[in-house]
Amino acid sequence: MTVNQVQDAIVEEFAVFDDWMDKYNLLIDMGKDLTAIDSKFKTRDFLIEGCQSKVWLHPELRDDHVYFSADSDAIITKGIVGLLIRVLSGRTPDEIISAELYFIDKIGLRQNLSPTRSNGLLSMVRQMKLYAMAYKATGKK
Amino acid sequence: MPAVWSNVVNYFEVKTIAEIRADFPILNTKVYGKPLVYFDNGATTQKPQCVIDAVNEVFTFYNANIHRGVHSLSDRASEEYEKAREKVRSFINADKREEIVFTSGTTGSINAVAFSFGERFIREGDEIIISNLEHHANIVPWQMMCDRKNAKLKIIPVNDNGEIIPEEYFKLLSAKSRLVAVTQVSNALGTILPIDKIIEAAHAMNIPVFIDGAQGIQHGVTDVKKLDCDFYAFSGHKIYGPTGIGVLYGKEKWLTDLPPYQGGGDMVENVTFEKTTYNELPFKFEAGTMNFPGAIGLGTALDYVLSIGRENIAARETDLLNYATSILSGIKELKIYGNSLAKISTISFLLKNIHQYDTGMVLDKLGIAVRTGTHCAQPVMDRFGIDGTVRASMCFYNTKEEIDILGTGIEKVISMFS
Repeated sequence: MTVNQVQDAIVEEFAVFDDWMDKYNLLIDMGKDLTAIDSKFKTRDFLIEGCQSKVWLHPELRDDHVYFSADSDAIITKGIVGLLIRVLSGRTPDEIISAELYFIDKIGLRQNLSPTRSNGLLSMVRQMKLYAMAYKATGKK
Repeated sequence: MPAVWSNVVNYFEVKTIAEIRADFPILNTKVYGKPLVYFDNGATTQKPQCVIDAVNEVFTFYNANIHRGVHSLSDRASEEYEKAREKVRSFINADKREEIVFTSGTTGSINAVAFSFGERFIREGDEIIISNLEHHANIVPWQMMCDRKNAKLKIIPVNDNGEIIPEEYFKLLSAKSRLVAVTQVSNALGTILPIDKIIEAAHAMNIPVFIDGAQGIQHGVTDVKKLDCDFYAFSGHKIYGPTGIGVLYGKEKWLTDLPPYQGGGDMVENVTFEKTTYNELPFKFEAGTMNFPGAIGLGTALDYVLSIGRENIAARETDLLNYATSILSGIKELKIYGNSLAKISTISFLLKNIHQYDTGMVLDKLGIAVRTGTHCAQPVMDRFGIDGTVRASMCFYNTKEEIDILGTGIEKVISMFS
């Protein structure tokens, strides 16, 4: 699936629910399902600034594709980073750099998160794109 | 139901709680279709209509720069601004209007004293005493001053209940101590500090005391003369007044002795390129165009608080605290941080294995506004080995029904995340 096909699938999954509690429950489930990051990467080096909760994000380049793993101490945040991983992990650096992430708005995540929380979300996206740019620039890790 | 609540009488002889709530238009707001439960009063309080009207009236009828014009509008604005100063003086029972300086807020007041006092009195090796319960605003300005002057910051430790340990404080007082700067009430835990005893012990050694009243002034009667504190600071927006206005009280002898904090218009008597002489108190510390609409709004807020009665407010809030403590203590997954017997109506807590951010996000969707995080008091969090809490800070316009909604909301959070 392309980046946008995955985004559309996510939008559809969230569209089923009107109530924010149900959307949160979905996010919580996604957070619980997120494959755990290797604990050796849960260090300051992989910590993303700008979130109220801690988020660790680890990138890895395999066969010209970037694979992300992540964790957070807050479950809703873990669900959000899980969504980003679903959309962006396993893509080429170019795909990640050029991805336009409209699903965040469409499922109401941005408008329902306060600016500071939103910044946390945007920090995650920015960090993923920065890793992709770095891989592209150096060719490989 | 705790005995204290079932015996509750209507403290507001002047108004019913419904009438009080009607004074605050925002309390009628709905969020996500649910009635707002505003439990973030520690961050900022809501404004009664009379305060909103007072600020509107300034801009509608008599907006003009103060202390400058010869014209009628400027006269009126200056007069109302000075009336507000008198209201503040009377509210905290200061001796003289010269001792009341308007600032941008508590943070502004602390920075002013940290700078001016530091310039005038602090030498290398001197010590400033603060507590482990301070808001960052009562830590960082003193740290900056210590860096400039090669002075040292000494910290009064706290016990597991979130109370300062008096014996440790007494040990810190020494011939090197130049100032004690402590908070009246912990913003993160709600602990009321024994500032009268803190001041008494410092004064016994001739050490002046600065009190950060940001979380104290709105919860009862503060009398600076009785306390005998040397400096006292508070913010307008935490006592139902506008944002961007605050107060610095300083004993006249100190304010006379201290150099100005900022230079500019209005704070001068005479300016030449060779030498400038400063204006008299309190104007020496009020450089530039002051936030006079804010000051006037603050004066109105203080009138409002007096019309309800500070003793009534304190009694009502004690009842709310007792009720909320009993409801929240009944939730076995919930742990309260800050168990001092002397507390304002603030409860800081964590739910077992649930991040404070998750709790706050879900409570928000239920219409309940709480604060999550470190509350700008990281050293307090470090003391308890946590990286944040959920803080429900209540005030007199909150109700028992709202506390019930919080209790139900917390149960919902627990069921969602377990």
